[in-house]
Amino acid sequence: MSEAGSPAGMMPSTPVVGTGRRHLNPSLFVGGGLVLLVVAMALVSYVWTPYPPMRVLGTEAYQTPNADFWLGTDRFRRDVLSQILVGARTTLYVGVVAVGVAALVGVPLGILAAMSGGWLGQTVMRANDILLAFPALLLAIMFAALYGGSTQVAMIAIGIATIPSFARITRSGALGVMSTDYVTAARAAGHGPFAIALRHVLPNVAGLVIVQASVAFAIAILAEAALAYLGLGTPTGQASWGRMLYEAQSTLRSAPHLVLVPGAAIALAVLGFNLFGDGLRDYLDPKLERR
Amino acid sequence: MSTAATGAAGAGRRAGDEPVLDVRGLHVRTRHTELLSDVDLTIRRGERVGLIGESGSGKSLTALAVLGLLGEGLTATGGVHLAGHEGNLLERSEGGLARIRGDDMAMVFQEPMTALNPTMRVGAQVAEAMTVHGSASRSQARRRAVDLLDQVGLPDPEHAARAYPHQLSGGQRQRVVAAIALANDPVLLVCDEPTTALDVTVQALVLDLIVTGVQSRDAALLFITHDLAVVATVCERVLVMYGGRIVEAGPVGQVFTDPRHQYTAGLLAASDLTAAGARRERSALPTIPGTVPPAGRFPDGCVFRNRCPAATGQCATRPPWTPRGDHGAGETASGYACFYPAGGELR
Repeated sequence: MSEAGSPAGMMPSTPVVGTGRRHLNPSLFVGGGLVLLVVAMALVSYVWTPYPPMRVLGTEAYQTPNADFWLGTDRFRRDVLSQILVGARTTLYVGVVAVGVAALVGVPLGILAAMSGGWLGQTVMRANDILLAFPALLLAIMFAALYGGSTQVAMIAIGIATIPSFARITRSGALGVMSTDYVTAARAAGHGPFAIALRHVLPNVAGLVIVQASVAFAIAILAEAALAYLGLGTPTGQASWGRMLYEAQSTLRSAPHLVLVPGAAIALAVLGFNLFGDGLRDYLDPKLERR
Repeated sequence: MSTAATGAAGAGRRAGDEPVLDVRGLHVRTRHTELLSDVDLTIRRGERVGLIGESGSGKSLTALAVLGLLGEGLTATGGVHLAGHEGNLLERSEGGLARIRGDDMAMVFQEPMTALNPTMRVGAQVAEAMTVHGSASRSQARRRAVDLLDQVGLPDPEHAARAYPHQLSGGQRQRVVAAIALANDPVLLVCDEPTTALDVTVQALVLDLIVTGVQSRDAALLFITHDLAVVATVCERVLVMYGGRIVEAGPVGQVFTDPRHQYTAGLLAASDLTAAGARRERSALPTIPGTVPPAGRFPDGCVFRNRCPAATGQCATRPPWTPRGDHGAGETASGYACFYPAGGELR
């Protein structure tokens, strides 16, 4: 560390512009790896799948994994691996849209509730509580009944059901930020409420929101799979891991690999996003020792 | 005490000056209790005024009320007037206040570790203080931010401007906070214990830059502290606060060497280390008996009477303000509120 790089002077041991690397914890590493794997599967499916995923092939049904069909074939004589790869797209698509809907609505609501207080804040949070009373699945079933079962309806319903968790976590974080000296200092410097929300509150709750997004992503994946399994989400003819489970349930005993493969894919994706969220929380938490 | 002497001498010369800050009959209350009662204070251009008192005496509350930064559930009544702005600041909307805050009146906070946004580079925070008031374009503001950081004595300001707050020490952060406060050349600077959280070695540097910053802008300074030594070095005039009221005021030299209010006398005796050192045996420092009552539990009449050695039944009525000397800033600038003043012929 040269003297020029240290305007600190009084604290020569710490560089002023940090180059210190933060510790990568194992859950961030493993979770990140699994998330990347799912993303990679989705990306690969655009350029290459062993067979057209939804095509009925001139081969036998219920094949166990072999050299031609790495993960076997299903009862419609379709390739399982190809479906898993394309299904990763659906999974990510649902997660991104559901979390996007939830965050885009929930985060501003949470900040609004924290900053306005009074009757407006109370109204927002009570409306939030009402929404929270509906389980995501129930809301999605209701939507499916109203608008028909499709991936789009499912993910928007999941997104709406996830709004309260974003609003709550943002509000609690924003309340903490609002009571800090730098927000008082920003007010003392003449910043208006909108500028304070955008420049001071939002960046300082971003960590919380990112962690919440990762966890909500896992929940959304699970919810989509559950809906597809119930026959309410992604319709037949489109690849979806939940859909694959649904179609395999009658052959659970005779062809267990048809349940195990998509089941494992769902489990790993959910585990990945959960671990990633946990690891991110530790990584972003300023209270933890940085090494 | 030379600053006090010049302050007193300069009083006559500046008598005609319009006060920069004029606070009249300021009350702050919650729904149930009165926290500040009838606070009057005037600060003229270029004047440095200290506000001292124990914790809970209402010093910070006074500052927050002047800037209109009181928390929810607190209401302020009375009059706060700032030079160059029509009308009572207490009656302004939040938006109207925001235009003045950080422009004509600015504040330096006690805790430099938390007064800066941890997610923004400090240069951007200084620059933003200017762009938010439209006093500079974005690129001008960036350049002036570096100049300001240089003015407040940060080594290598170009580099420091790109640092995040956590990469700076407490003293450096407080300089950044001061740079933000001085960015728009305020006519009034309010400092709330700006050096309390700092190392003694850094304190003098930060005090020096605040005084220089204020002097070069001919701004008024309201300096809140509980450190009598700091007041003596920084301020020309001092206000002593207790129980949400100003109990004594006057030039620093006069108040510190010849206090009239019994509370001021007790406060000075308790911090008189030379007298304590002169005593041969180790003995306890003189203290003011009792503790500061919680807000709302102060006695009627004179707020200090339950701890005062000279109190009588008369103190159950509120002692009137007794002006002392002929101070240029009006009769509230120097005087005391006590029936049995210390010193003088009563000693």
